[in-house]
Amino acid sequence: MDAFVKQRIKQVMKGDQDAFGEIVELYKDSVYHLCFRMLGNRHEAEDLAQEAFVRAYVNIHTFHTNKKFSTWLYRIATNLCIDWIRKRKPDAYLDAEVSGTEGLTMYSQVAANVEKPEEVIERSEMQQLIHKEIVNLPEKYRAVIILKYLKECSLQEISEMLELPLGTVKTRIHRGREALRKQLRTV
Amino acid sequence: MNECPKEIIDYIHDYLDGDLDAEKETVLQEYLSSCAACRAHFRELERTISFIQSTPSVQAPEGFTAGVFARLPKEKKTTRARRWFRYHPMLTAASVFLLLMVTSLVGSFGDTNEFSFTNYDNVIVEGNVVVVPEGEVVSGDIVVKNGEIRIEGQVDGDVTIINGERYLASAGDVTGEIEEIDQVFSWLWYHIKKTAFNVSSFFTGEDTGT
Repeated sequence: MDAFVKQRIKQVMKGDQDAFGEIVELYKDSVYHLCFRMLGNRHEAEDLAQEAFVRAYVNIHTFHTNKKFSTWLYRIATNLCIDWIRKRKPDAYLDAEVSGTEGLTMYSQVAANVEKPEEVIERSEMQQLIHKEIVNLPEKYRAVIILKYLKECSLQEISEMLELPLGTVKTRIHRGREALRKQLRTV
Repeated sequence: MNECPKEIIDYIHDYLDGDLDAEKETVLQEYLSSCAACRAHFRELERTISFIQSTPSVQAPEGFTAGVFARLPKEKKTTRARRWFRYHPMLTAASVFLLLMVTSLVGSFGDTNEFSFTNYDNVIVEGNVVVVPEGEVVSGDIVVKNGEIRIEGQVDGDVTIINGERYLASAGDVTGEIEEIDQVFSWLWYHIKKTAFNVSSFFTGEDTGT
């Protein structure tokens, strides 16, 4: 691992928040990107990416400095996103009335989350479609596909990160690829 | 594609993961060259991968780091102090030096309540009074601590009285400066002046020995 990062982590372990600030600056785009592809919108991505860094800070003592720090961060972020997606699922009945409001359904809540045209990252329709299809994957396939193809993690690393047998990771990658192939074959 | 053996698709995926051994790869190559449907499947998967990888990476929004810090638990005070010391080594060294100096000097001011003075052959001591007798000439500086000095003769140098008093007889004469010190602060000031003088003499190459 980078000597710079290693030294900062040692300072963070002593409780130095300024050193942690440098680490956040270094990895924020990468972690945010991961969360964005997992969750599909900027608002939740920012929230969970920030939460991932807070967890990293609080649990920094569980990090072994001989390991890759980015992998450790991705592990925290990915697990947070998966938990979040599983938790929000039962609430995802869009026509259910939001409690405490009159006539306000989840549709209107979601509409507020929809990105304004100037915020859309994918300039071409093609890129928007790919993003949509990644986000529509079941989260267990989505996580491995994102880690493998967007974060360039090895299958072995993903297996350790998600605490899954290597064979399971391979199966999920295969199924994720097949699912995306079916959606994208006609474009 | 129904008649294609199922393992061919597995081979394709293993190949894409870089997991297919050479023997099976040969089998796969041969099969793909004969089956257009499997070839198409393989190409679609390759295309899918490049689609995924073609998505642009995104940047964290402005104020992201500040948002993280707003959620962090409060930092311990000792850490903040330690960091301050690390970033200001000169100030730290200077303040430690000053602290040590002040405490040692204040300590020495309080500790020694004993009567002491710079001795010369021709001075007389009466109790805790140092007397420079009439007609005698002391050539050099006199320092009297916790006692008094009565000068009836002549002192060819400075007279310093710490925690005491001086009496200068009308006939008495001091060629140098007379200084009385009876406060901790003056005591410090005296030392600092002396140190500064020694240091400056050191730099100008003057001989401070005499």
